[in-house]
Amino acid sequence: MADFVMPTLGSDMTEGTLVEWKKKVGDRVVKGEIIAEVETEKAAIEVESFHSGIIEQLLAKPGETVPVGTVMAIIREEGAQTKPSVQAPASPAPLQTVSPKEPVSSLPPAPPPMAAPATEPGRLRISPAARKLAGELGVDPVSVQGTGPDGSISLDDIQRSAAQRAQPSAPLAAADRTGDRQARMRQTIAAAMARSKREIPHYYLSTTIDMGRALTWITEENLKRPVTDRLLYGVLLIKAVALALREVPELNALWKESTAVQNPDIHVGVAVSLRQGGLIAPAIHNTDKQSLGELMSRFQDVVKRARAGTLRSSELSDPTITVTSLGEQGVETVFGVIYPPQVALVGFGKVVERPWIIEGRVVSRPVVTASLSADHRVTDGHRGGVFLSTVDRLLQEPGQL
Amino acid sequence: MNNPLTPDDIRQTVLRILGEIAPEADLTALKPGVSFRDQLDIDSMDFLNFVIMIHKTFGVEIAEADYPKYGTLNGCVEQLSEPQ
Repeated sequence: MADFVMPTLGSDMTEGTLVEWKKKVGDRVVKGEIIAEVETEKAAIEVESFHSGIIEQLLAKPGETVPVGTVMAIIREEGAQTKPSVQAPASPAPLQTVSPKEPVSSLPPAPPPMAAPATEPGRLRISPAARKLAGELGVDPVSVQGTGPDGSISLDDIQRSAAQRAQPSAPLAAADRTGDRQARMRQTIAAAMARSKREIPHYYLSTTIDMGRALTWITEENLKRPVTDRLLYGVLLIKAVALALREVPELNALWKESTAVQNPDIHVGVAVSLRQGGLIAPAIHNTDKQSLGELMSRFQDVVKRARAGTLRSSELSDPTITVTSLGEQGVETVFGVIYPPQVALVGFGKVVERPWIIEGRVVSRPVVTASLSADHRVTDGHRGGVFLSTVDRLLQEPGQL
Repeated sequence: MNNPLTPDDIRQTVLRILGEIAPEADLTALKPGVSFRDQLDIDSMDFLNFVIMIHKTFGVEIAEADYPKYGTLNGCVEQLSEPQ
């Protein structure tokens, strides 16, 4: 038997809300398959199973908010005996929280009424009639808790929501869901960044990199590619960071229990600004092993899904370093805050033309400022400097990336 | 290639594509002669996706050097009205 628990998708996540199960009791599931959708403070996430087997029990119900580590489902290995006592409970079995440091605890009191477990209008379970009524009554269906099958929104739900909204004292019953999420995301970012600045002794380094060769190379490369396969120059930066981490692996680590644990794999998290505000930094797995074309394709995919709210749990839990670029906002130098438990963040500013001396002559060159924010508990400035120099060197040979 | 689309058809299609790229944008307020990137919250990834969708929808080849010509609504209409 294996437990499927509410995953932790970053040090700032303390709980999550089950939006829906993608599987039912008795279904076969393979490792890596998506079996649930969970809403966190930052986004709706598709959660993958870490085990293969048969779904034995679904303990959590859609709409429930449970702490990280809570057992939400039981997965039985194929061929293993079903527990004789296992049946769909008439009332939900008490959910258990698994934590190596804390005793098992039962589910906290039921959460307050929450919005319907859907994240985008296209995903709402709502009938055309209910949607039409919502429009007539000025009710945003996204803010309505559905009480029908699988959380679907009925005509009654819309009427009840409209009535609650009409009562002056109705406490947040009709609060705008998007606004709620924005507020929660801001709080989450605030908590993570405050913790980072409180606990991590940051040091900062920067270097100016001549991007002439890289930009010339990518222009020529894109001439050979159809529009659908063209590269953005940001992909060169991401790949250069990933390859530089092979040479300075101390920066590709997580801080766990007072020690840095290097990660054998390099999963660069790319900071993506969300349209409704806030940001998220999903991982591009095995970044160093991707060709530039593959990397571009994955970059496009995670940006698209980050903004659509369909990231996978592993993409949020796995980054080993974060790369952020604020060049398009006109920023020249980034002084980033490390996202714990990571131990480094790399920032890039905008490409600007600057006087540059080559073989004794002053010429104009496109340059970018690369910066490193690193945890001084883990590395010193010397290694950080080696890392930035390596990124620079790699970008001088873009064809080798 | 004959282009049976009127400038208004092109304009509406471009706006639809923009709406998919930046669903939060109020496109009714879009100034046709001003750069999309100066009016909408779109980045280079969004603009690349916009160009790809223009390519797929209208069947036109767009060189990277020509991206700036597609940077405004008027520019798109002008480019897409020309015989390919």
